[in-house]
Amino acid sequence: MNPTNQTALLDFVTRLGDNSLIAGHRLSEWCSKAPYLEEDIAMTNMALDFVGASRILLTYAGEVEGKGRTEDDFAFVRKNEEFRNALLLEQPNGDFAVTTAKHFFYATFNYLLFSELQKSKDETLAGFAAKALKEVTYHLRHANEWVLRLGDGTAESKTRMQNGINEVWRFTVDLFATTEADLLLEQEGIIPNVPELKTKWYEMISDILEKATLAIPDLNAFQQKGSREGKHTEHLSYIVSEMQSIARVYPGVKW
Amino acid sequence: MTKIDTQFPLWEVFIQAKSGTPHKHAGSVHAADKEMALQNARDTYSRRSEGTNIWVVPAEFITASSPEDQGAFFEPSNDKPYRHPTFYIIPDGVKFI
Repeated sequence: MNPTNQTALLDFVTRLGDNSLIAGHRLSEWCSKAPYLEEDIAMTNMALDFVGASRILLTYAGEVEGKGRTEDDFAFVRKNEEFRNALLLEQPNGDFAVTTAKHFFYATFNYLLFSELQKSKDETLAGFAAKALKEVTYHLRHANEWVLRLGDGTAESKTRMQNGINEVWRFTVDLFATTEADLLLEQEGIIPNVPELKTKWYEMISDILEKATLAIPDLNAFQQKGSREGKHTEHLSYIVSEMQSIARVYPGVKW
Repeated sequence: MTKIDTQFPLWEVFIQAKSGTPHKHAGSVHAADKEMALQNARDTYSRRSEGTNIWVVPAEFITASSPEDQGAFFEPSNDKPYRHPTFYIIPDGVKFI
C-alpha cells in the first residue's frame, strides 16, 4: 500500500476504534446505576462489546501505522485533539432516555456501516465488520425497543424520550463526516461512501420514531461538526483525563 | 405491612444448550414485555455461550404443584419400577434419554 493510502487507512481505522472506545466508556458509566438490574447487565454487556471492538481496531491502527504503537498507546497516551471519535459519542449520558437516543442513533449508523464494510477489500476490516455486525444487530434491536417503549409509553417517558432525541440531534450528522483521504479508500474499495449511508439511516430512524409516536427531527437543522479534524466538545477532555489517569501516573503499568 | 414489588413482572427463563436437547430452567428476569424479557434473558443467562435458544414465560402462567401434593402425586410410582425403561437395551446411536 502506498504511503498516502496508508495514512488514510490509519485515520479511518482510528476513527472507528475511537468511536467504539468512547461509546464503550460512556456506556460503562451506567454500571451499577442503570434503572434496574437486568438493564444494568445489558448496558455493561454492550459497553464490553464496544471496548472489545476498539481493542481490535486500535491494535490494527498500530499495525497499519507500523511504528510499534499498541492499543494501549492509542487509548492512554494520546491527547484530546488526537481522538477521532464522533461528537455524539462523547456527549454526557444524561438520563436513561438521552443515553437511549445516543445509542439508537449510533447503533443504526454502525449497522449500516458494518453491513457495507464487511465487503471491504481490506481483509482485516471486512473480518472485523462481519463479526461486529452480529453485536451491532443486537444493539440496534435493544435500542429500537427502548425508543418504542419510552416513546409510546407514559406521558413522562414520551417527554423524556423526545427531549433526549432533540438534545443530541445536532451531533448526529457528524457520524457521517468524511475526509478527502476517505475518498482514496473508497476508490480502492476499502471503505463505503459513508455520507451516502445517511439517507438510509434517516429512513430507518424515522420509521422507528414514527412508530414510537415521536417527532422526527429535521435533517437540515443546525449540526455541529469537526470530529474528523479532532475538534471536540469539552466533554471528551473529561472522559480522556479519567480514562488515562492511571496510565499517566504509572506510565507503562500492566493490568 | 405488605411489601410492594415495584419491579417489572417476573418471567421464567428456559435455555436450550444444544439443538435437540430440552430447554432447561435457567432462572428468572424482570421485564415489562415479551421482547424485553427475551433481551434481558439473553443478557443475563447466555453471556458465556450457554445456549442456542431461549424461552421466556410469564411466571404467573406457571402452575406448580404444592409441597402437600407430594404424597398423592409422586409416592404411588415409587413401588412400580417396571415403569422405568431400564429393562431395555438402549441402542448406541440414541443420545438423549
